[in-house]
Amino acid sequence: MSLLPDDRASRLMQAPLHLDVPLLTGILLLSALGGVILYSASGQSLDVLLRQGLRLGLALAVMVFVAQVPPQLMFRWAPWLYVAGVLLLVAVMVAGDVGKGAQRWLDLKFLRFQPSELVKVTVPLMLARVLSEGPLPPSVLRVAGAALLVLLPTALIARQPDLGTALLVGSSGAFVLFLAGLRWRLIGLLVGAIAAAAPVAWMFLRDYQRQRVLTFLDPQNDPLGSGYHIIQSKIAIGSGGVYGKGWLNGTQSHLDFLPERATDFIFAVVSEEFGLLGVGVLLALYLYIIARGLYVASRAQEPFGRLLGGSLVLTFFVYVFVNVGMVTGLLPVVGVPLPLVSYGGTSLVTVMAGFGILMAVYSHQRPVDR
Amino acid sequence: MRPDPAFVAYPGRRLFVLAVLSLLTLALLGRALGLVLVDGEFLLTQGDARALRTVAVPTHRGMILDRNGEPLAASTAVESVWVNPKELVTARERWAELARALGMSAKHLEQLLSGRLNREFVYLRRHLEPGRAEQVKDLGIAGVYLQREYRRYYPTGEVTGHVVGFTDVDDVGQEGIELAYDHWLRGTAGAKRVIRDGRGRIVEDVESIKAPQPGRDLYLSIDRRLQYLAYRELKAAVKEHRARGGSVVMLDARTGEVLAMVNQPAYNPNNTADRVGARFRNRAVTDVFEPGSTVKPFTVAAGLEAGTIRPDTIIDTSPGTLKVGRLTVRDVHNCGVVDVGGVIRKSSNVGATKIALSMPAQALWRVFHGVGFGQPTGGDFPGEVFGILTDPKRWGEVHRATLSYGYGLNVTALQLARSYLAFASDGFLPPVTVLRRDGVDRGQPVLSAPSVRHVRRMLESVADEGGTGTKARAVGYRVGGKTGTAKKTADGHYASNRYLALFSGLAPVSAPRLVMVATIDEPSGDAYYGGQVAAPVFGRIVGEALRILGVPPDDTGAVPQRLALHSDALAARTPPAGGGL
Repeated sequence: MSLLPDDRASRLMQAPLHLDVPLLTGILLLSALGGVILYSASGQSLDVLLRQGLRLGLALAVMVFVAQVPPQLMFRWAPWLYVAGVLLLVAVMVAGDVGKGAQRWLDLKFLRFQPSELVKVTVPLMLARVLSEGPLPPSVLRVAGAALLVLLPTALIARQPDLGTALLVGSSGAFVLFLAGLRWRLIGLLVGAIAAAAPVAWMFLRDYQRQRVLTFLDPQNDPLGSGYHIIQSKIAIGSGGVYGKGWLNGTQSHLDFLPERATDFIFAVVSEEFGLLGVGVLLALYLYIIARGLYVASRAQEPFGRLLGGSLVLTFFVYVFVNVGMVTGLLPVVGVPLPLVSYGGTSLVTVMAGFGILMAVYSHQRPVDR
Repeated sequence: MRPDPAFVAYPGRRLFVLAVLSLLTLALLGRALGLVLVDGEFLLTQGDARALRTVAVPTHRGMILDRNGEPLAASTAVESVWVNPKELVTARERWAELARALGMSAKHLEQLLSGRLNREFVYLRRHLEPGRAEQVKDLGIAGVYLQREYRRYYPTGEVTGHVVGFTDVDDVGQEGIELAYDHWLRGTAGAKRVIRDGRGRIVEDVESIKAPQPGRDLYLSIDRRLQYLAYRELKAAVKEHRARGGSVVMLDARTGEVLAMVNQPAYNPNNTADRVGARFRNRAVTDVFEPGSTVKPFTVAAGLEAGTIRPDTIIDTSPGTLKVGRLTVRDVHNCGVVDVGGVIRKSSNVGATKIALSMPAQALWRVFHGVGFGQPTGGDFPGEVFGILTDPKRWGEVHRATLSYGYGLNVTALQLARSYLAFASDGFLPPVTVLRRDGVDRGQPVLSAPSVRHVRRMLESVADEGGTGTKARAVGYRVGGKTGTAKKTADGHYASNRYLALFSGLAPVSAPRLVMVATIDEPSGDAYYGGQVAAPVFGRIVGEALRILGVPPDDTGAVPQRLALHSDALAARTPPAGGGL
């Protein structure tokens, strides 16, 4: 596939400042919808809305900045960023702040910071480099090395414990491997190994994590304790009906029955107030962003960019799927926010940085040597 | 980095990714669809079950009013402060502030809550006035709530305390009318549907299911003015004679309605600390006593009805004693030879005994029973007792003798007052009531009209010069009645120095409007005769009461007499000629 110079020029015209306008439009639309929902979910707090707006602004700035970075530079820095990420994770383990029973935060005096968020980007970055350096599809040895590179930070995060982020980091690595053309036989082998390891993993899970799985299997088992979240959120979704109870009119959310309604469980608010219709619109927006993202990734010039971009988009999908699956009771409760909608800053910045990378690998095209 | 054509073409993989993404998205949509379409109905009711609650709407009790519509008991809205300790612990640093706002010490608050931290409802302060409750609420401390309640106020306080009674902190009647007519007075709480949030706070009223039904008002037969008059005079008399207590019962002579009923000692129903049994007991209906000479008119009436005596029958009571079996009946003084009226006027025990022994036991019983001794009064007072009148088949001579002058039976002040209704009407005995009565219930005839008229004349003579009850006179009205000075028992014997001073009578004699009993329990000091202690109370109250009621005077020449009486009373405290025992 050859690219003509004028093709490159037209791409740059479509992408001022290396930004992909269709993708950016989707992101901004979703963020706007998120603001509307958050206003209701936060109990009509303008303060919350304002703070979220500031975070969004910051995150967009990060995205614009990252979009300017040429992929070659990312390629070069990938190992250093990776090592830095792992070191920070170790630092968290040694000297991190404890919050809500988990050690996830690093207090840098001027800002509190979650190194696991950084790792969400550095792992696919590193893996994309490692795999795109060699022949594709990769050799078994290379795959094994790559797998180790994924497992190390994933294990560190799972130990914090932060199952949700570990899941996201692990899958981001897996997606790179998959997109690099990992052989089906090998995939089958890995899936089999994971399945076999599940009972062992169960032994390593924390009590609260086991409880979540058990609760997922039967929420009514403990309706006032661990099953409370999921029962309340199912009620919110089911009682919303097709058209919803109307904006600001959700009883489950506004009357304090639904916990974490501005953060992890915000999807239930959407469902209760806007019904199936709202859910459809929200999911359609996500699908649009993901589809455009995959398209953009596939049009990257280099395999490094394609692998990286593809993995980031698929990880974004996992975000949405795990969150919605959790809130609807399809999956166990795992603390994953609904990207661009949930209240909270750190993951927003990471997600936007991911979109920045995506736009960068798409828009930074070099003239092809013939 | 070189482009790798081999990598670019994984069409199968791309398809796979798209397929998986679509499938997973469909799974999410399907899940949401399932929750809405399959379980929606159920989940909707579950949601409502969480948010929609039916709560009671409190309402107030009916008012208790006197016969003229003056309030005797009224409810007013107050707020009770309760807390959810589970929430309150999160604001521990504000407990001291909360305690101050509630007017209690921080230590007391700690004590109240310690050991109750696992509860979700603890009253901190009941019945706070709304203004102060609002201040507590405005502190904005999590877990502090108000509950609307109603509290009773008794504007007339001590004056009507015994009749009206009181309610407890939950507004349920405990004594008096409040207890007896609790069902009538009590409101029916309404119900409303509200939206409640996850912490139990009421966010919004949705609809009213049942309107609250306030309690119904109740009009008593009590006249507040007469009640106060009776209260004032009784209290003064009890104080003057340093007595243990006393009662006054005033009935409407035509209807049997209770116009006033007071006792000493009294209590203030507004003050919960005052609510001790010895004080809030309505002695007029709960305490029995031997009525002594006040029953002599019934002995006479029985003789007249039986035909064994006539009004002009002469009876020799000399020498003031009479042996009946092993009993010696004594008069205070030798009354000599008197007619039947003289027996009443001078209160001769010997004369009464002779009359009683002149007729069969059954004849005496018929009258005593007929006028309600040992019988319910119809008044429905909580704790009311009806005394004892034994079976006449077992009455020997001695028993008939003592009954004739008021021993060997016991009655309440209300029963005694009611029995005199027979003399006030032409022998009819209506049931008494404490409720305002529309229309007249004449009751059963128990005495014949001629005998009643004879006895009434004799009763009036008691207040004449030479009678035992001169101090019962009232300016402008002819009064009639009978004194009594009953010995009280102690340890199964009659005590030598403990008396109940009584006066039972009616006024005005020409057309009786009021029947009244005054009792003074254990007056200490020299004066203890009914004529000295109880009769003045009767006179003072009845005269004033008739004026208040606007009853035209029937004794136009009485003013100088009244003045004479006053100087008399001040000059000498010696017993009058015919003290009755």
